[in-house]
Amino acid sequence: MPDVETLYDVCATDFIPPGQGVSFRLGTVEMAVFLSREGRFFAIENRCPHRQGPLSEGIVGGGKVVCPLHSHKFDLQTGEGSEKPECVKSFPLEIKGGRILVAVRE
Amino acid sequence: MIKTLEKERLIVIGNGMAGARVVEEILKRAPDRFEIVMFGAEPYGNYNRILLSNVLNGTQRADQIFMNPLAWYKEHKITLHAGIKVHKIDRERKVVIGVPMTKEGMPYSAGMDGTQGEPLEERYDYIIVATGSRPFVPPMEGFGQEGTFLFRTIDDCDRIAEFAKRSKKAVVIGGGLLGLEAARGLMTHGVQVTVVEAGPHLMGAQLDPEAAALLQETLHQMNIDVLCNKITARIVTEQGRITRLDFTDGTVLKTDMVVVSAGIRPICDVAVVSGLTVKKGIVVDDQMRTSDRNIFSVGECVEHRGKIYGLVDPIWEQANVLADVLTEFNQSSAYLGSKLGTKLKVMGVELASMGETKPALPDDEVVIYREPSRGVYKKLIIRGNKLAGAILLGETDTAGVLMQMFMGNTAVPSRRADLLFGSSSGAPVLSVFDLPDHAQICNCNGVSKGAIKEAIQIGKCGSVSKVGACTKAGMGCGSCKSLVAQLIEAYAGEVQNDPAEHFYVQGIPFEKADLVEEIKKRGLKSVSSVFRELAGGAEDSGSKAGLASLLKTIWSGEYEDERDARYINDRVHANIQKDGTYSVIPRIYGGVTSADELMRIAQVAVKYNVPMVKFTGGQRIDLLGVKKEDLPKVWQELGMPSGHAYTKGFRTCKSCVGTDFCRYGLGDSIALAQKIEHRFQGIESPHKMKLATAGCPRNCSEAYVKDLGAVAVEGGKWEIYIGGAAGSKVRKGDLLCVVDTHDDVLKMMGRFMQYYREHGKYLERTFDFVERVGMDVVRAIVVDDSQGIAARLDADIQKAVDAYKDPWKEAVEPMYPAQFVEQELVTALAQV
Repeated sequence: MPDVETLYDVCATDFIPPGQGVSFRLGTVEMAVFLSREGRFFAIENRCPHRQGPLSEGIVGGGKVVCPLHSHKFDLQTGEGSEKPECVKSFPLEIKGGRILVAVRE
Repeated sequence: MIKTLEKERLIVIGNGMAGARVVEEILKRAPDRFEIVMFGAEPYGNYNRILLSNVLNGTQRADQIFMNPLAWYKEHKITLHAGIKVHKIDRERKVVIGVPMTKEGMPYSAGMDGTQGEPLEERYDYIIVATGSRPFVPPMEGFGQEGTFLFRTIDDCDRIAEFAKRSKKAVVIGGGLLGLEAARGLMTHGVQVTVVEAGPHLMGAQLDPEAAALLQETLHQMNIDVLCNKITARIVTEQGRITRLDFTDGTVLKTDMVVVSAGIRPICDVAVVSGLTVKKGIVVDDQMRTSDRNIFSVGECVEHRGKIYGLVDPIWEQANVLADVLTEFNQSSAYLGSKLGTKLKVMGVELASMGETKPALPDDEVVIYREPSRGVYKKLIIRGNKLAGAILLGETDTAGVLMQMFMGNTAVPSRRADLLFGSSSGAPVLSVFDLPDHAQICNCNGVSKGAIKEAIQIGKCGSVSKVGACTKAGMGCGSCKSLVAQLIEAYAGEVQNDPAEHFYVQGIPFEKADLVEEIKKRGLKSVSSVFRELAGGAEDSGSKAGLASLLKTIWSGEYEDERDARYINDRVHANIQKDGTYSVIPRIYGGVTSADELMRIAQVAVKYNVPMVKFTGGQRIDLLGVKKEDLPKVWQELGMPSGHAYTKGFRTCKSCVGTDFCRYGLGDSIALAQKIEHRFQGIESPHKMKLATAGCPRNCSEAYVKDLGAVAVEGGKWEIYIGGAAGSKVRKGDLLCVVDTHDDVLKMMGRFMQYYREHGKYLERTFDFVERVGMDVVRAIVVDDSQGIAARLDADIQKAVDAYKDPWKEAVEPMYPAQFVEQELVTALAQV
């Protein structure tokens, strides 16, 4: 089946607490949306490739999130992990009218 | 702050191992503080003098033993005046005056022999004298002519090797370690060697007569003759060539060349000429300062508390202290002298020697093991159940353990054989030397000894934190950090001081006390403001939780509790499990519950399909597998406050039955435990605190192995213990004090907790804290009020107690809408 790209209206921008992440399910994808203290939004896959820890619960800092289970770190922009070759998908997002919109290709 | 245009000028007189090392340590701590100028009489960059033996015996080339080649000086902008000997320090004009060496000049010759030419002056603010030692030549006729040598410098090695090619027989005068090394080196040049020793046996400083005899036998089998009790009167030459030695007892020995290696004496010429206090060596205080407050000294030329050192370990210690003091990195750093211990190979034979070689007091216990067929000899001198000295010859597998016990002045095991052979009881008295490379050192992260060794030897990781950054060892529970430190000592000689290890958190370059002061001074009440003001806005994820804990400790209730700076457990007040569900442990004060409470717990477990209901070690009940979104409802329906089982702070106070029902109860441990929990619940601390009360010394509630424990004793009194542990580390607590009433227990425990909160490093358990600070200090401050802060500590812990809020009340009103959201389901907008 050809890839389908679906657009989702995830939540209001003020739903994400500053410096933290919240987890959402979009279709079959589990996503974590973060708001850095500098005011930027990011969206990456929610599950840590190591032992499936919920990245949305991790501590954020310096452009990375730390998995709460075993402290593997992931870059919020690229999804690149600190324990090579671990990596999570990152999703481009758009802010429109106070809402966070994310496109997912499946 | 007034900016000075010029850096302070530091002149180091002496470019040997001590001088170079202290400069390295200074650069590590304050790379831009000083303009550094070094004077060295030898015309080279600095080299490892200990490896000269290898150069002599051909296993290493001279260029391989340089530690800091000329490029290093350039890279660090150090001006090196190599081949220039310092004549004197003009302390009035504050200049150092040096004169160039001639080509034939010996660097260690007396005074200004061997120098010629225009003097060179350098201005100074501070000086470090590191002029080292010169070889000692016992009085005899004929030393100094062709064919006689000293063994101290690279040039000496060249000259000895050259001459050995033309010689058949050689004599080494001096049967100490260096003399034996010289003998071995000469052998490789095809010369027949005899070692001549003035004392009754070889290596008088490290061995006893029996061990020395064994060693002598080994040498004999290598074709090296040894003559003891021989003092040389003269070296005889005929027609310009050496023919023999004449001894004072009338005997003679035929030979072609003579190498003198009979000990070293500190070089203090500059110090004497410049008016500093000199006795056997240049006299220094515990901060390596000479009689002139701007002049310091380090190394073999130093006399500290009456002692002079010729081994490398004490000198590294001195260098560290001096660097701490001079750079003001740690102004209370002090050198208190060193205990001497060495582990090395002599003539291919393993040897470890520390402290005294023979008993000195009537009660000294001497343990000896002999295995003549293998040339093994092991001796221990035990005094007051501690190691006063040890010799291991031929087999040194327990050397690491012995060295630790000797240096640390710790009690030795009652089964002395454990020290000679390792343990047979299964519980290892292991030194890291014993472990094979595949042995797992760090269980949390599965790091083997081999991996750590590689990081040390190849990755050049010299500190525990660097090894951790490379391999992850020690980055889990941290209980293997001391083993990592031992490995670094074993394979790199000593653990490097990493200034960053002293920071409270990695992301803010301040030690805890300074950080607290800055936070208070600037009124910083949120983690983000700390990053903004003290780290240039750089937010470090690893530092957030530590800062949040610190802010709560400093400000109690009135600060901005930014939840993003808290670990997930403290955001949702429950312990995250491996599958993303949570463990909920309500507070059960003193481990005493009621039928009503149990019924509520059971009802909640049924209603929310809780997968597992389990008793905890803290005498509470754990509901495991609770979904995040159910947490607020679970808390409300339990109607019990949070047990704080997930946080770095006060956890529980267990109890035993005590006087309520127990036949043996001496005190009301249950009431005390409940009072303790009511008072200290929710108190934040550098790491978790687990407590217990025991109604009698049978200690059914394990109060001896708790962070704080109270044990009832005869007379209605309570003993308070602190720093106990029963987790990855097991440790019996230390007795803090004995008090009369429950209120006294609460007061003293609270006071210690506050002291720990203020001075503990982040994630430092009380047992590490107490060992680091020292029980004597803790007792003095907390019990005897030696610093006069007891009332203030009591007031501050009271403030924290008053600020307690049950976090589970957030069930009624979450801090922010997404707090308990597990995962929101989002419907698609449109297909693109």
